[in-house]
Amino acid sequence: MSAERVPVRFYQVGSFAVGNRLVSADRRNAQSDPQRANSLTSGHRACAGCGEALGARYALDAATRVTNGQLVAVNATGCLEVFSTPYPETSWQLPWLHSLFANSPSVATGVAAGLRSLGKSEVRVVAQGGDGGTADIGMGALSGMFERNDDVLYICYDNEAYMNTGVQRSSATPGAARTATTDVVGEHPGNVFGTGKFVPAIAMAHEIPYVATASVADLFDLETKVERAMSMHGARYLHILVPCPLGWGSASSDTIRLSRLAEETGLFPVFEAENGELTGSRTIRHRVPVEEYLRLQRRFSHLFTREGEVKDVATVARIQAIADRNIRRYRLSEEVS
Amino acid sequence: MLQQIEGSRAVASAVALCRPNVVCAYPISPQTHIIEAIGAMVKAGELDAEFVNVDSEMAAMSVLIGASAVGARAYTATASQGLLYMMEAVYNVAGLGLPAVMTLANRALGAPINIWNDHSDAMSVRDAGWVQLFAETNQEAIDLHILAFSLAEELSVPVMVCVDGFILTHAIERVDVPEQTQVDRLLAPFEPRHVLDPHDPVSIGAMVGPDAFTEVRYLASIRLSRALDVLPPLAQRHSDELARSVPSLVSPYRLDDADVVVVAMGSVLGTIKDVIDEMRDDGHAIGALGVSCFRPFPKDQIRDALAGASRVVVVEKAFSLGYGGILATDIALVLSGRGIPIHTVIAGLGGRPVWAASLRTCFNEAVDATLSETTFLDLDEEVVAREVDRMAATRRSGPSAENVLRDLAERSRT
Ligand SMILES: Cc1ncc(C[n+]2csc(CCOP(=O)(O)OP(=O)(O)O)c2C)c(N)n1
Ligand code: SF4
Ligand SMILES: [Mg+2]
Repeated sequence: MSAERVPVRFYQVGSFAVGNRLVSADRRNAQSDPQRANSLTSGHRACAGCGEALGARYALDAATRVTNGQLVAVNATGCLEVFSTPYPETSWQLPWLHSLFANSPSVATGVAAGLRSLGKSEVRVVAQGGDGGTADIGMGALSGMFERNDDVLYICYDNEAYMNTGVQRSSATPGAARTATTDVVGEHPGNVFGTGKFVPAIAMAHEIPYVATASVADLFDLETKVERAMSMHGARYLHILVPCPLGWGSASSDTIRLSRLAEETGLFPVFEAENGELTGSRTIRHRVPVEEYLRLQRRFSHLFTREGEVKDVATVARIQAIADRNIRRYRLSEEVS
Repeated sequence: MLQQIEGSRAVASAVALCRPNVVCAYPISPQTHIIEAIGAMVKAGELDAEFVNVDSEMAAMSVLIGASAVGARAYTATASQGLLYMMEAVYNVAGLGLPAVMTLANRALGAPINIWNDHSDAMSVRDAGWVQLFAETNQEAIDLHILAFSLAEELSVPVMVCVDGFILTHAIERVDVPEQTQVDRLLAPFEPRHVLDPHDPVSIGAMVGPDAFTEVRYLASIRLSRALDVLPPLAQRHSDELARSVPSLVSPYRLDDADVVVVAMGSVLGTIKDVIDEMRDDGHAIGALGVSCFRPFPKDQIRDALAGASRVVVVEKAFSLGYGGILATDIALVLSGRGIPIHTVIAGLGGRPVWAASLRTCFNEAVDATLSETTFLDLDEEVVAREVDRMAATRRSGPSAENVLRDLAERSRT
């Protein structure tokens, strides 16, 4: 009898994710709330299994919850903008502005400055864009917004290529990945290695109040980070990995699995930083070799045989080395932390 | 209040009187003194505004977009390369129907890089959907800025006040700066047409396809063209309040019974008027028409003003490469069917002084019906011919800009 009363806490799934039912009501995530904001509501045109659609809804619902709905969103051009809106439809349940591809950080600065000057500082501002809009064309604007420490949370939905224009390489595309502009031809099929940039590190170099990375596979962590970000003022940056079934050549049903594998391989380090210093990392509890992540994606299929055996051993080893370095650099393993 | 101040300072004072909420600054000559002066006012607490030192002109215009979209009154100033750098946002703010106000301290466009005055920058955004007003004097620069905020917010369109770089921005002269109470009477608080408001969420700036794009753009053009109806009474209100004539669409000068009419924009009208006075004294029936509002183009007012002209000379500080005059083309279209000669005089490029004597020669030729269709005022034909020959003779003839300057230096030595 008494044994039955002891709350049973256990890891329900192989991923170690905690089932929402198992935590106390006040710690449950925004998504589990029937009254959730649905900032990006249903009916939009994203592909089935789009990680970006999930990431945006998770992040903005959490931000809406902590700001009591006093939130404005600025959106760069890209998949999120296109699939959510063509007039007269809009999936946005919050005030939303799309201006251009390169300028969403600056537009958000203007929104924040305008609100402050009108005495409406209680209304908070989120700017959002894809990896192309963030790491490439919007980098100058983003850096300016960071440097001025403007009161904006910028969220990058990183699907590792220019998806909206048909899957071209961006500076966030990983080595070996096939895109429409890094074809699997020539001596080094797919994207080259040794190029590209990791925007969270660039954000940290600006010593802004808060930088974090998150994945759509870990809702609690993602929401906690949005809440943490919104509890602060000044420039904040959140980088969310969002698998793209169309661009990655993955099954729609694998979006969450791929997010989780990206984290568990170390290829996508999940951490947070304040004022330029690493303050917390999600340690990998169940480390996975990179091929398990790569194998599920057609953009890496040239690395494997038809049967799924590693064919290009050297390239896979190179990708593994990147994962290992991330684990050291961002203290993702219990051994090194 | 009468003050002896620099044009930039005058513009800054006018802008401050309009109580902007957000001002963006990115430096480029000859606009710098304007934003510096506003920045100082904000820092000193004389002006209650957000002053944002941005990372580029693209950011400056984008900040204006964001600020305007939440209902804030937003202002910036730029010139030349800065205008081109923000070009995408210049079109965007107009397309979104947001009433930003910007000073354009007119300057040439490179290459070759040149910081001095002409109108190439303003002409490059002719089709962007902004109202473009041109100041002839620093007094007009002041008055047009106040008018610009009224007009922009009334119509929900952005307004650009073109002020000749250096010639006006850096000229120190006497101007009458209005009192705050006067400007407050002229400029009501900004009531946006659409606004980002959590209590009434809207989506602004979404995609429009072929099904409605024509209609949406047509409506944008109607909205812009309404300036032609709204501006004259508004300018009259401002004139009444300020007790002086605030420019509206066009500014006629000695047009009565004028056979030859000179059309121009901006500060060059001052020199043109002097020449016209001289020629009137000599008995020639000549007058001038200043175009104060270039976009939307006041076709009817120009047609009426030029009704009595038998010959038109358009003096302009820009041209369309491979074609010719830009304002002249617009004037020609307005006068099509009249069958009167229309001459283009391209003058003052990259800060080249527009001498009264050179204009007088052109206008005399116009009176004598010997003026050619297009004249590049004071063009150094000899230097041009040498470079043309050089290019014909040598494949790798080098940069023309350098060659021309070497030729000039050589000539001045001999
Ligand atoms: C100035 C400019 N250059 C290029 C484009 C074309 N363009 C629109 S969306 C897009 C790709 C966006 O990629 P990303 O930012 O990664 O977002 P995603 O679509 O992948 O979510 C591009 C290249 C544009 N709209 N504007
Ligand atoms: S292409 Fe990718 S990012 Fe775009 S809607 Fe489809 S799944 Fe989402
Ligand atoms: Mg992308």
